[in-house]
Amino acid sequence: MTVLLDRIKPDFLRSRNITTGPFRQMFNYSRIWQWAMLLTSIVTLVPLILITAIDYNVTQQSIESENLLRTLRVGSNAKRAISSFLSERLAALTFVVHDRPYAELTDPVKLAILLDNLRVSYGGFVDLGVIGKDGVQTTYVGPYSLQGKDYSDQVWFSEVQEKGFHISDVFLGFRKVPHMVIAVRHTLPDGSSYILRTALDTVRFNELLTTLELGGRGDAFLVNHEGIVQTPTRYQKGIFEQIPYAVPEYSDNTEIREDKNEQGEPVIICSAYIPDSPYILVIIKHKNDMMQSWQQTRFKLIVFLAVSITVIVLVIFAFSTYLVNNMYLADQRRLMVLHEMEYSNKLASIGRLAAGVAHEINNPLAIINEKAGLIKDLFTYTDTYASDTRIVGLIDSVLSSVERCGIITKRLLGFARHMEVSLESINIGKVINEVLGFLNKEAEYRNITVKIDIAPNIPEFQCDRGKLQQIFLNIVNNAFSAMDVGGKLNITVQPDSPDHIVVNIADNGCGMTEEELGKIYEPFYSTKTKTGGTGLGLSITYGLVQELGGKIKVTSTKGEGTTFSIKLPLQPPKKAEK
Amino acid sequence: MRILLVDDETEFVATLAERLSFRNMEVDYATKAAEAIELAARKTYDLAVLDMKMPGISGIELKEMLKKQCPGMKYIFLTGHGSEEDYRAGSSEASGYLVKPINIDILVTRIKKALEAK
Repeated sequence: MTVLLDRIKPDFLRSRNITTGPFRQMFNYSRIWQWAMLLTSIVTLVPLILITAIDYNVTQQSIESENLLRTLRVGSNAKRAISSFLSERLAALTFVVHDRPYAELTDPVKLAILLDNLRVSYGGFVDLGVIGKDGVQTTYVGPYSLQGKDYSDQVWFSEVQEKGFHISDVFLGFRKVPHMVIAVRHTLPDGSSYILRTALDTVRFNELLTTLELGGRGDAFLVNHEGIVQTPTRYQKGIFEQIPYAVPEYSDNTEIREDKNEQGEPVIICSAYIPDSPYILVIIKHKNDMMQSWQQTRFKLIVFLAVSITVIVLVIFAFSTYLVNNMYLADQRRLMVLHEMEYSNKLASIGRLAAGVAHEINNPLAIINEKAGLIKDLFTYTDTYASDTRIVGLIDSVLSSVERCGIITKRLLGFARHMEVSLESINIGKVINEVLGFLNKEAEYRNITVKIDIAPNIPEFQCDRGKLQQIFLNIVNNAFSAMDVGGKLNITVQPDSPDHIVVNIADNGCGMTEEELGKIYEPFYSTKTKTGGTGLGLSITYGLVQELGGKIKVTSTKGEGTTFSIKLPLQPPKKAEK
Repeated sequence: MRILLVDDETEFVATLAERLSFRNMEVDYATKAAEAIELAARKTYDLAVLDMKMPGISGIELKEMLKKQCPGMKYIFLTGHGSEEDYRAGSSEASGYLVKPINIDILVTRIKKALEAK
């Protein structure tokens, strides 16, 4: 895992940040990368999250409000249905008392026919009875034995006397079966009055309420004004028990409110007072059930947001890394070019200085040379001093020293001259010897043996002598730094293919580890920082070999030595290849 | 074998002339271009050894001037600088090109070689 992370790690995170000196990096790339990631993420993610949050709220509110409206509509329709059920039956009784004479109603046979007719026409009628002003049921037709029952002490009897009609709560009564009663008072022309009373079964009510489309754990039932359950419920208390919610306050309209059930779950309660009756319609729905569709939408919304954020962050990460890495590489190239220019300028300056010194020395040297030569000629070509071998020896010594000085000045001049040249015919052996010429003294002092082995069939070839000199100088310098006293440097030149030669420069110095080996061409990587190494020698060498169309390889073993192999083309590369 | 030596360094050119005369050559020398032209007008030389850089004139320019007076004359250039320009000019324009300080034996060999090629 660490190896994989290390492999995909961008270059700018791997390098150390150089903040001072002439080769400092233009920017802190790690910080730019972090800022680019952060700002781009903020600019893209904040609006996305904001819009999603707004959409989340709007959609939630819209679904909530739609659900409330739907419940309200169901409640309103149910209220109308129940109200109409009751008023139809009340109207039927009112019609009967006005249409039929009292005598007919007190006739059990006729009353029974009337009950049958009402059952067929309206349904729900269980029995029918006529109650006198004293509260005693004078005539009764129905399944129970209620003839002669006295209702004078019952609340509904006094209410019907007062109001003219009555719709009762659901109750068990004498028959011990849940039912309700509708009673109508009628005053006869002689001023006396009687009550026509009927019991209605609650089955029709229940059917009406249970067929409502409520979904989930929705419930619809009737309670009386005291909150006592009047019809069977699905999930609430049993009939005649108190509901666990506050009784809604009276209102002409259908109302809706939020509450919590006994388990603390949020519920929506829709309530409607049924006019001219003791009933309140109650519809209870679980809010979570109502928001079921919202849960699905919400899940999709959250998944969409999560996927979008992941994709955006990944794209931002990849793009920022790519851009910053390219900036970093461009900066690195700039630094390389800058250093290469400085290095070339320095070399050129040294070359010019050397050439100037060599030229200035050359003239007096030439005079010394000629004067000493003349003295020797005088000794050689005349007989006067020919026998004085000591003086001739001294003059030979002067001439030999002048010749040595001449070789040095010529080498300096040659080095300076070749630095200005681009392509020319190169004898690789000569170039290597020229470079080693500068290091001969050091090799001598440190007892370093330099062995050069050049294959005889290496032809002269077109190349840039200055660049070649720089390449060999850098590598040989590094080899000298790596070797101790008595070190050995082997340089071989072999043909590699018909078009290429390979130059191997092998030392028996301290060598490098695998890790060091992987970094040697990186700019500013140096193991000689304490002794003035810039860490650019080999990176420049690498660039120069590339420019010459060649390839450079290095093998090294810690403690045993290092070998550089430089493969060079015998034909210079075309410009495009450079 | 008549040789004309031209170099602005009197000490150098006079000594070199004397040394060449030890080697059976008839040598005249000049330290200025005008002197050289005057000598060449009076006498015919087989070869001229010219310094590449002299005050106010280059060896190449002097060669062009001498060429008119002595059309068959050969040339060898001497230089104390050894710049690329000198190298190219010397290599293409003359029979030899030598960087100071010179080895008298090499100079004599070059002179002989140049004159043999006549």
